[in-house]
Amino acid sequence: MAIRSLLHCLAVLGLLGLMLAQAPAARANTLSQATALFAADNFSDTGKAIDLLSASDLPAAGDVLEALGDRRLFVTQDKALVYRNKAGAGFDALTGKPADIPASLSAVRINNRLRGTIETALGRLTLQSPDANKRRAAALAVLKSRSPESEAALQAAVRAEKDGSIREIQQRALAAITATAPNRPDIDRLAAIEVLRDSGDRDSLTPLSLIPDTAGEGVKEAAKRAVAEINNRLALWAGAQNAWYGVSLGSVLLLAAIGLAITFGVMGVINMAHGEMVMIGAYVTFIIQEVIRTKAPGLFDYSLLMAIPAAFVVAGIIGIAIERLVIRHLYGRPLETLLATWGISLILQQAVRTIFGPTNREVGAPGFMSGSFNLGLMEITYGRLWIVGFALLVFFAVLALLRFTPMGLQMRAVTQNRRMAASMGIRTGKVDALTFGLGSGIAGLAGVALSQIDNVSPNLGQSYIIDSFMVVVFGGVGNLWGTLVAALSLGVANKFLEPFAGAVLGKIALLVFIILFIQKRPRGLFALKGRAIES
Amino acid sequence: MHRSTLMSRLFARIDSRGRIFLGLLAAGIVLMPILNLVVPPGSPLHVPTWLVSLMGKYLCYAILAIALDLVWGYCGILSLGHGAFFALGGYAMGMYLMRQIGTRGVYGHPVLPDFMVFLNWKELPWFWYGFDMFPFALAMVVLVPGLLAFAFGWLAFRSRVTGVYLSIITQAMTYALLLAFFRNDMGFGGNNGLTDFKDLLGFSIQSNGMRVTLLVVTMLALALTYLVARFIVTSKAGKVLLAVRDAESRTRFLGFRVEHYKLFVFTISAMMAGLAGALYVPQVGIINPSEFQPGNSIEVVIWVAVGGRGTLVGAAVGAILVNLAKTLFTTGALAPYWLFALGALFLLTTLFLPKGVIGTLEEWRNRKREKAALAANTVPAE
Repeated sequence: MAIRSLLHCLAVLGLLGLMLAQAPAARANTLSQATALFAADNFSDTGKAIDLLSASDLPAAGDVLEALGDRRLFVTQDKALVYRNKAGAGFDALTGKPADIPASLSAVRINNRLRGTIETALGRLTLQSPDANKRRAAALAVLKSRSPESEAALQAAVRAEKDGSIREIQQRALAAITATAPNRPDIDRLAAIEVLRDSGDRDSLTPLSLIPDTAGEGVKEAAKRAVAEINNRLALWAGAQNAWYGVSLGSVLLLAAIGLAITFGVMGVINMAHGEMVMIGAYVTFIIQEVIRTKAPGLFDYSLLMAIPAAFVVAGIIGIAIERLVIRHLYGRPLETLLATWGISLILQQAVRTIFGPTNREVGAPGFMSGSFNLGLMEITYGRLWIVGFALLVFFAVLALLRFTPMGLQMRAVTQNRRMAASMGIRTGKVDALTFGLGSGIAGLAGVALSQIDNVSPNLGQSYIIDSFMVVVFGGVGNLWGTLVAALSLGVANKFLEPFAGAVLGKIALLVFIILFIQKRPRGLFALKGRAIES
Repeated sequence: MHRSTLMSRLFARIDSRGRIFLGLLAAGIVLMPILNLVVPPGSPLHVPTWLVSLMGKYLCYAILAIALDLVWGYCGILSLGHGAFFALGGYAMGMYLMRQIGTRGVYGHPVLPDFMVFLNWKELPWFWYGFDMFPFALAMVVLVPGLLAFAFGWLAFRSRVTGVYLSIITQAMTYALLLAFFRNDMGFGGNNGLTDFKDLLGFSIQSNGMRVTLLVVTMLALALTYLVARFIVTSKAGKVLLAVRDAESRTRFLGFRVEHYKLFVFTISAMMAGLAGALYVPQVGIINPSEFQPGNSIEVVIWVAVGGRGTLVGAAVGAILVNLAKTLFTTGALAPYWLFALGALFLLTTLFLPKGVIGTLEEWRNRKREKAALAANTVPAE
């Protein structure tokens, strides 16, 4: 009995962090006591041993407790405490040296109640771990478990904590305990509810819904209000997250559609092979990555940067070839152009299928594009962020090109009045070829970006062609701003429809919407005005 | 008396090309049953059943091509969604065939098709009611595509969506339907579509007799489609359609309600496409959402373009030629090159053969005739 009360005493002292200066001899003593308790192998003594260990600052305490939880902890004939690690190798708990464990030994038994105790103890042990990630995980574990036994350890940890974000979690965990534990004064509970409400994420909802019945009416009312407030805030963040997904999808649509906005919008040429230009851009990325992987693996992070000009040039040259060889002969016959370019798209698809095979090709993400960060309660992946940025960059570059360069001026002149432009000495044939090359090159750029988020296969282009046409038609032909607005709004609308209608039905709804919208405004959102449109 | 004048008047509207075409069809209607059923299998003249089905399939495509030629060749509406009307007609027929399976399905449910039992549905959805009756299904075959085309065309033509825009939104329409029919909870069998048909009007769908009958019916339907289309394009309304094709604004300013003409011909064409789909399904034994794929609809356009747009017979010939080529390509060692060939066909036809096979042949003949006439004129002068 005396020993037990002593143990309890020791445990409490440990919880208060007063055992930091414990000498190695005292450690050995604690361990031998724990070993004796484990050796007894009944559940109540094991529980005490757990308390003892969790209060100690033994380096191996965490490993021992974990081993106990997994039934890998043994007491040998000569009363030494040994455990196996996860791989199955044996260790002595006191010395940390490898030890032989006879197969005949049976592990210290535990039951479900002890499992809970072990978890709590482990959480307590790691609350003040030197590793910040472990401390954070431990604090989160307490926030989840809300076990009042951890309260003292947690309070000690809060005082010692230097990292603000971890302290915030610890305080929330404390608040969660105060709010849910039985027999707390109402005034403490109210303060705790306030802390939980202000932190306001999903984890705070559970403690707020578990306020004991013994609490006062005011407390229950406050908890209810806090839940409502948190739910509101969560809904707001969910909306923001959806909006971000929508912008992200919209930027993909934008990338795929900018090139089309130039060839279809500015030149009036229906290019059904536009999707295949995107596909070619993606395959150029794949080739460059393969070359870098085999020749200079150290440059892997720069592979996408190198792919950008390469994809632009390759797709652009193929575009110019198509314009010179086919489309030039079909100006003024848009329906025939549509059919001829469809033929080209079939040929390009099959060519890629013959060269690279019909299966998906793997394009890796460079280091700076993997991973994610949290903004409030939103999760933003770097890859998507780069794509959004890249889409906007391309958009504004094209806008500037059309606006401020001589080439852009000539392009606009030719599309607005071909004959007059020709009379002013502009070589319209050359401008046509360059414009088409530009549109195709931008499609190639889209391919570089899409290689990061979609399967690189011969069918890549097919899945974007209808969407791209929808964007251009919805935004209004001949107007890049319309393309931007249309791409982003279709992207966002798609993501907001998804939770209600499902992905497929949402997409169908949008298609139907656009079909109806065109009836209302046949020239799109931002229609060009003037004579040019009637030609 | 009256009837004979009507017949002769109708006959007068058919050009020599059409007479040859109808003559061939009539010969087929008479000969095919004999060659398949009466001539013994050992004889070199025997037509095996697989060939009967293959021909039936081609002729369904020919009906579809004539339907498209009617709107594209004569009214300038390039529909990239005719595959959707075809598929809808096919689904209507497929639903009838599904109901005929009865208790012979895998799950043996008397009313529900297998896929509904599989999805744990308890009763038939309302839109499946009535499809156990053949006349009702037959009506739906033309009514559903017709109604869709009417609603779609009413919206599109009234707000003067023309040219490429119309093509793109018809493509969007078939794409939306593709997505919709892929969904399991639409009640049309989802991804797998409708298949495992047993019989049609009480006769086994696999039997030789049924196969030949279907081919004969398809040939009759093709002839009928051709006659209707020919009747339309040679009527006064047909002249207006040509005017719309060549100068829409001018026609409107002359006081014609352009959109009414367009809507009429678009709806008729969609109904023809639905009929083609309905005849197609029992002959190939399956209908699934892939028929809605935009690529399929564009392929129909190339059939018409190859044969010659605005010739009706040319469309049918084009459909048969291209599909014959497709069968030859895709069943042999050349299979990987079929898409190259199809792509080249698109390119070469639009670049070098804009009038198609029939149109180009006619041009040659006209030129020869002109030369002969010129020669005849110049000789006496000397």
